[in-house]
Amino acid sequence: MSGVEGYMYPNEITLFWSVLIVLYPYITGLVAGAFILASLERIFRVEAVKPTYRLALLTALAFLLDAPLPLQLHLGHPERSPEMYFTPHSTSAMAMFGYVYLWYLMAVLVFEIWLDYRRDIVLKSQQTRGLLRLVYKIMTLGSTNISERALAIDEKAGWIVTLIGIPSAFLLHGYVGFIFGSIKANPWWSSPLMPVVFIFSAMVSGIAGVMLLYMALTKMRGQTIDMRCVDTIAMYMFYIFIIDFSLEMLDLVHRIYEADESFRSLNFMVHTKLFFSQIVVQILLGTLLPLILLFLTQVVKMSEKARKRIYTFSGIMILISVFAMRWNVVIGGQLFSKSFLGYTTYKMTLATREGLLAAIALTILPFLFLWVLLKLLPPWDHEKAHAPAAGD
Amino acid sequence: MNLFKDAGHLFRFAGLFVIAFIAFLVIRGYVVPKSFGKYGHYRAAAIDEIAALPIKYAGHQACETCHTDIATVKGKGMHAHVNCEACHGALAAHANDPASVQPVKPDTAVLCVRCHSASAARPKNFPQIDAAEHSNGVPCETCHNPHSPAIDAGGAK
Repeated sequence: MSGVEGYMYPNEITLFWSVLIVLYPYITGLVAGAFILASLERIFRVEAVKPTYRLALLTALAFLLDAPLPLQLHLGHPERSPEMYFTPHSTSAMAMFGYVYLWYLMAVLVFEIWLDYRRDIVLKSQQTRGLLRLVYKIMTLGSTNISERALAIDEKAGWIVTLIGIPSAFLLHGYVGFIFGSIKANPWWSSPLMPVVFIFSAMVSGIAGVMLLYMALTKMRGQTIDMRCVDTIAMYMFYIFIIDFSLEMLDLVHRIYEADESFRSLNFMVHTKLFFSQIVVQILLGTLLPLILLFLTQVVKMSEKARKRIYTFSGIMILISVFAMRWNVVIGGQLFSKSFLGYTTYKMTLATREGLLAAIALTILPFLFLWVLLKLLPPWDHEKAHAPAAGD
Repeated sequence: MNLFKDAGHLFRFAGLFVIAFIAFLVIRGYVVPKSFGKYGHYRAAAIDEIAALPIKYAGHQACETCHTDIATVKGKGMHAHVNCEACHGALAAHANDPASVQPVKPDTAVLCVRCHSASAARPKNFPQIDAAEHSNGVPCETCHNPHSPAIDAGGAK
């Protein structure tokens, strides 16, 4: 049989979880990471990253709206998916996650964005005309109170929401790792470290994503990039990436030392079928290279131009690396036989429901969502309005 | 009172949640089947619906009532415990009306290898062959009697 080496059980030959299931944890990871970056400013008072605060929130929302779509395309009967909400089973991690998703979307992200933008929304509802005015009016929920006291209450409420949002973001993404980590029949997935590794890689990818977006959007608007902000983001990205890499290595060392009955089979897979995507792309090019470059920016004095180039390159490599990590987990976990005697091949289709084109469309879609959100709620108006008053 | 006035918008947002929750409960009331959860985490009425489906399998006792000769041969061979309908398919319709419903005879070249093609997952003492090498497309029944296949047991044709 083509693509099959050794012995595979009949139900293992074709992969059931496609590239869309790779995309899904990647997108939720970007959401969680972007939110953690926003919380750096809000909770941990890292003032330097303030220029990215609103952009990070909008990015998180744009990607969160896109996150369930790969799953919907994967389902044979997507119209049945609301049943997960109507008749949830308490033993189903997926059903419980449905509520986590809704909670995170509505009670955390939308609420926080609404609180932060309320002043702008009220002002826009008075300044704009036509349909846009109606949209803003609906968004005010009929309250035009932007007195100092009301805004101070918003500030406090926003702080509380962010505080609740951090564990929620961890829960949202930790669950994705939990789903894989708790599949005890699959030795490639079954590891209690899985949720933790997923969260840290999510944080790195989300931070890299927002940093790149901030740099690109600032350049497109003809503004100067706030290097203090980008330097700080890169520093946090570097530190979190070190933790992420250490955890992944810890998982690897643990597997090598434990060397259970699956080890030889998995080791062979990593050296053959996953060699390019895991060793070359994920570890060498996607992790070690950006780590070395980011380390250099921390210890060597470099020009602004050089730092910008390194940050851009490292950010892109990190995004590729985290995608490769999701790929290696999801696809890798289905390439070997549970008999440990054979391997199959993933054949990605092109123009099908779960094919390459669908994956590309679902990767582009959050940027369209973000474009609409940026038009509706520009994150930079706030800077203009507040910059002189803040006396910066 | 001032606090309520300045925090009024927060109550409006909370109101959205209340409206969404009520809408959820109303929709849930409509879409969840009435018998859901009666016995467990499923629709109880499904049991009656499944029970009402027409029976497709006759069972080997029904076959053996008429095909006594084959039952005798089969009972002495290696396939004694393989159910008739495992190879011949569901035949309740034939058992109910033997004259007008005639089953199609299985193609042994295709049927036998389902169980007997060589595979590492099968027990070592289970008869297994590489069909291309063993018979090269010749139907198995040319040499073996499917109802008692072992050649040395007198099952050969």
